Parts: sequence; structure tokens; C-alpha cells
Amino acid sequence: MVTYLDHAATTPMLPAAVAAMTAELSGLGNASSLHAAGRRARRAVEEAREIVAEAFDARPSEVVFTSGGTEADNLAVKGIYWSRRAADPRRRRILAGAVEHHAVLDAVQWLAEHEGAVVEWLPCDEHGRIAPETLQAALGDGTDVALATVMWANSEVGTVQPVADLAAVAAERGVPFHTDAVQAAPHLPVAFGASGAAALTLSGHKLGGPLGVGALLLAKPGPRLDADPVPVLHGGGQERDVRSGTLNTPAIAGFAAAVQESVARREAEAARLAVLRDKLIDAVRAAVPDAVLNGHPTDRLPGNAHFSFPGCEGDALLMLLDARGIACSTGSACSAGVSQPSHVLLAMGAGPARARGSLRFTLGHTSTEADVAALAEAIAPVVERARRAGLT
Amino acid sequence: MTLRVLAAMSGGVDSAVAAARAAEAGHDVTGVHMALSSNPQSYRSGARGCCTLEDARDARRAADAIGIPFYVWDLAERFHRDVVEDFVSEYAAGRTPNPCLRCNEKIKFAALLDKALALGFDAVCTGHYARSDGTVLRRGVDPGKDQSYVLAVCTPEQLRHALFPLGDTTKAEIRREADRRGIQVAAKPDSHDVCFIADGDTRGFLAERLGAAPGPIVDTAGARVGDHDGAYAYTIGQRRGLRIGTPAPDGRPRYVLDISPATNTVTVGPREALDVTEITTGAPVWLAPPPAGPFGCSVQLRAHGEVHPCTVEPGPDGLRLLLATPARGVAPGQTAALYDGDRVLGSATIATTLRP
Repeated sequence: MVTYLDHAATTPMLPAAVAAMTAELSGLGNASSLHAAGRRARRAVEEAREIVAEAFDARPSEVVFTSGGTEADNLAVKGIYWSRRAADPRRRRILAGAVEHHAVLDAVQWLAEHEGAVVEWLPCDEHGRIAPETLQAALGDGTDVALATVMWANSEVGTVQPVADLAAVAAERGVPFHTDAVQAAPHLPVAFGASGAAALTLSGHKLGGPLGVGALLLAKPGPRLDADPVPVLHGGGQERDVRSGTLNTPAIAGFAAAVQESVARREAEAARLAVLRDKLIDAVRAAVPDAVLNGHPTDRLPGNAHFSFPGCEGDALLMLLDARGIACSTGSACSAGVSQPSHVLLAMGAGPARARGSLRFTLGHTSTEADVAALAEAIAPVVERARRAGLT
Repeated sequence: MTLRVLAAMSGGVDSAVAAARAAEAGHDVTGVHMALSSNPQSYRSGARGCCTLEDARDARRAADAIGIPFYVWDLAERFHRDVVEDFVSEYAAGRTPNPCLRCNEKIKFAALLDKALALGFDAVCTGHYARSDGTVLRRGVDPGKDQSYVLAVCTPEQLRHALFPLGDTTKAEIRREADRRGIQVAAKPDSHDVCFIADGDTRGFLAERLGAAPGPIVDTAGARVGDHDGAYAYTIGQRRGLRIGTPAPDGRPRYVLDISPATNTVTVGPREALDVTEITTGAPVWLAPPPAGPFGCSVQLRAHGEVHPCTVEPGPDGLRLLLATPARGVAPGQTAALYDGDRVLGSATIATTLRP
């Protein structure tokens, strides 16, 4: 039996999403076509758009479907930077959280290296939180700022950011605020309208939908966002002329079905997961007394438990747990499978050893007490074994 | 007996078939690809090296075909320190290192093996062409592929935890077997050269790290016959690329005979002056317990090099090897591997050479 503790990487599709997507896979029609088959597909897309909009406190016209979270982040960061700079060439500064996901981090870095952006990484506290005062200080009078971006909840350590306060600070200076809510959306009451953000990233497969679909919730030109972003993908202009590509009707239908179900049961599910997560934390601490819980002690995603195990290498822990049928993550970026010390933990002030010796356990809709029990039984011998191997 | 085996998988055909054979023998095998560069793109690309992203993918796909778990372990720091920096400093000291041998000694059967044992594995499996029963190391049966020389630096303890499943097979058969097993790397060419020198330009690689150090090239009489940009760029026995202005009096080609880092001098001379009949070494590593006094055996001085009958005289600091037939182009820093027939007795690093 597999103990799956990596729901933040991807979570099993909800049955309703599988059903909706499967039904659409045999449906005919390009949603941009004008004939009956096209209208049929378009109707499925527009119904999905309405479901997503309603679930996240947005208007249907504010939903831009994308191929996933990474594309939505790239469209927000690059597109808003380009459009803001085009309107006023002084706007070259990007204020970004130091603990962002690589989809934001690397897009920002790319703009700095190739498009003349001036990046300011917003430092966090030891829990990974970015204070609104930090953003306020970085904004100055805001005239030279293209955008600010801070994720809703951290993908590694699960810390929840004060998004509404951050967005309000940016709004005072007339600076559009983007937030990557990929990890928050499955578990927290993510409300785009109420948040004050100009753009918000969603991913399908993190909340029980299919892979390869997501959305950017994007304010219409107005007080929150002065102009639509410049497209990253040029073509047919299917999505509000900011995103091109034939609409992926089956994936969009599956995404919407997952959104509907996950939002409907979010509150109860979050409470259930928080209880389970606390049991997991207690079990790990009981088995490994010197394990360090990373991230905010209370203000964190209900399904997230992230630990550093002193004297261990995360890769060794992962392998040993994998051999016992327990799936988790070192939570760090990979290239060719080689893990680097997590930039998130480094930004939180952890040394490289603590950053390398960390594991992320994340719970989701299929998680049970048995999963926690399996980890509780395995973690002590695994840590002891990994400690013998030490840090190489 | 079922062992927990860690298979080092380079992405090449040999280590893939070795892992498959270990799994088929009933062992509990886990595949590991060692990432040896912190920037994988900087090493040899494609089929020729052992440390690129493409190689990691090939290793992963081989593990899929075999049906074993697979991980990438980052050993870049250790590799850089123990192999790359060692390579550079050995050249700087006028010696000729063999980085593949150093990689076996310091990485595969040290860093990797130590970590494997600590994590609960019993042995490391590699695709070397050599035979071992855990205590006796012998040449592989394919004389063209035999890699016992680069394993001769192993200690008995390292050998005890090593599996070499390919030693009883020829390379041609291994390629066919890979094909039969559905391992996609079967058509890849053998890796050659130094994997961490991307363009194969060893001289350029060293020059970049050691800088220009111009000095004289002299003949055996001490007369200056040319100039060099750094003595480290030469190896004993080298003929090409000497850029000697003055031809030899007898018009015959000249070879590098000696490199002296102390005086930054490269000495050249005729081919027969390369002949070496006596070698002294540093402390030996024995795989078989040596006799107390002098004994006869054979010695191999480089990978796929000639084998010379010799007499070994153990001394306090190392060995004295008296060769029955002269060896040509022997350089300090190389490893002398001692054999009794096809059995590896031990090895030692060459310290000095004496000509007849």
C-alpha cells in the first residue's frame, strides 16, 4: 500500500472531475468555431468559466484559462511588466517575495536579465512571512514599480501570507499586485475580488482537477490593473486577447468540476486535514525529538507539515521512505533530479545543512489516519539510518 | 543470498546491463545516477561523457526497463575536489594522473559506497569489465575491454562490497544483451576521454586553471631547443605538438622524456630514451597478501597498456619494480597495477622511473 504524502506536488483527480473531463473528451467541437459543434464546446467552456469565477469571487470575464499555474504566473509577471513599462518607461522595478515558486521567481529573474527589470526580493521572517510594511517600504511612491507579486501560501513550508494587506499596500501606490494562489486554492477561502489583487494564479491538478490546465484571474482594466498584460503566447487571442491557443475543453471542464467540488467541501476538508496534519506533526516530533517544524506554527496550509531533520540529507530520507512505500518531497527545485538547497528555507534564515535536510509532507482529499500512522512508524528508523549516512 | 545492491548507472550500456544482471540474480537493486557537475551542461554532452542531463535520462530509462527504483545523487562537490582538482594539481606537479581511476578510488568505491553502506545497502554494482568474487579481482574475459587496471586501486574492503556482473562477458555480447533487454542506450558509443573536459582539450583546460608558465624545452644534453607555455601541458612520451624550432642532429623525432616542475623544464630526446626498466612507487594497496621478500609477477602501467614481467622489491616507503622488458613512456603519477596471471595483486602510484 502506498502512503501518499505529496498532495502539494499533485493530488488525485476527484471522481467528478474525471467524469466531467471524460465526457468532454468524446465531445466534438472547437470552442472558437461558429457552428453547432463549436457552440456546444463553447458552452462547456463558458459554464466552466462561470463555476471558476463564482468559486473564487471573480467575474467570468476575469477568468483567463491557461495551460497551468506556470503559464499563468508567466503571463501575470511578464505580461503586466511589459504593459506597465510600455505605458511608462520608468516602471522597471518588480517587487517579489523571496520565497516565491520558481514559476514566479524565474520569470522575474528572466525579466531582470533580458528586459531591464530591476528586481527587489522582499525578505521574509523566519516563518517565511512577508510583512506588508516590507512591501510598503520597498514600494516608495510606486511611480517606478511595474508590479508586486507575493504568493498566497508557500508551496514548500505552507506559510500563509497576509495577501489582502499586501494587496492593499500596493493599491495605495497604484501598483498592480499578483498572487500565486496555486497551493492556497484547494484549502483556503481564496476570494479574488475581496483580496484586492490584480491577478491571481490557479492550477487545476493541485485541487483535484486534471494536469495541464489552470487559470489566471485577471482584473479588467480599471483601478486594480491599468491595462491588460501583454501576451506571452501570441495567436488566435482566444482568451481575452491576452492568451492564445485552442481552448482545452475537456481539461477546462474537469478543472471546473474539481473547483466546484473542492470549494464546496473546502471548509470541512480543511478542518479535517488540519487535525490530521497536527497528528502527523506530533507523531514526527515524538519519533524524532530534534526535528524542526519549518514554516509558520499556526498560520499555515492545513495539509502542510515541513520538517528539517538535523544531520540528515533530504534525498536520503526521501529514498528510504520511498523504499517503505511512503511518498513525500524534499520540496526543492530539481534539474536532472539534482536537488539544490531550498531557496525558501535559505530566505527564512536556515543554513544550507538545515535546508538540505528537509522533507515536506502534504495531505489531501485521500489522506487518512493510516497515512499518518505509516509515517509515524517509519520516520524514526529512517532518520536514524539517514543520519548514519550524514551529509555528503 | 539476496543483497541490497546500489547500481551506479552512468547512462551507458555497461552499467545498465550490470544493474539488470544484478536484479535478475535476485538482488534488491536500486539504481543511482551520480550527478558529477553542479552545472550538468558544462560537461561532455551526448553519448561521450558520463555526467550530462541526457545521460541522467538514459540511466532513468534503463532503470525503467529493468523495473528498479532510480535516483540521482549529487556528488558534484566530492567529484570536483577529489577528481577534478586532483587532476589539475597532479599535472601542475609534473605527474600524469588517471582521473577514471581516481573516480573509482575516491567516488564510486568511497563516497558512493560509504553512503550506500550507511543507508543500508550491502554492495555497489558497476559496469566495469572485471571479475570478482568479493576477495579476488581478475581481468575481464574481453581482453579489449578489461578494466581491472582502473579497479586495482581498490582495497579489499572496497572489493568486498563491489559487484562487477560483466566480467565474464564480452562487450559485443553486452550490447546484444542490452538490445534484448530493451535498454535503449544499446547503440551509444563507448565513452572515452576525460568526462569533465567538455571539448576534449586537456591542454586548454589546464592552461585555464594553471595559467601560462613559459619555460624552456631542452634536449638530454641540456641545450635549449624550444619553449613551452606551461610544463603541465606535456606528458611523458608525447611527440606531437612540441613546437621545437631546432631539429634533432640526427633528424629523428623527439619525445618528452621528463617534466620538471621545479625548474619548469621539459626535456625531450629520442624514442629509445623513453625506455624504463626500474620504477619506484608510493605505498602500495594490496588486494592479495604480498610475500615478505622480493617476488616475481607482472605489471601494467596504464589502462590497456602492455604487461611487463617484473620483480617486486617491497621497501619501507613503497615498492621497487625491476622490469624484465623495458616499458616506454612511463610517467610519475600513473598507477602500476600488479598481476599474477589475470589476478590483480595490488597497485601503487609511480613515484620515479629509472632508465637503463
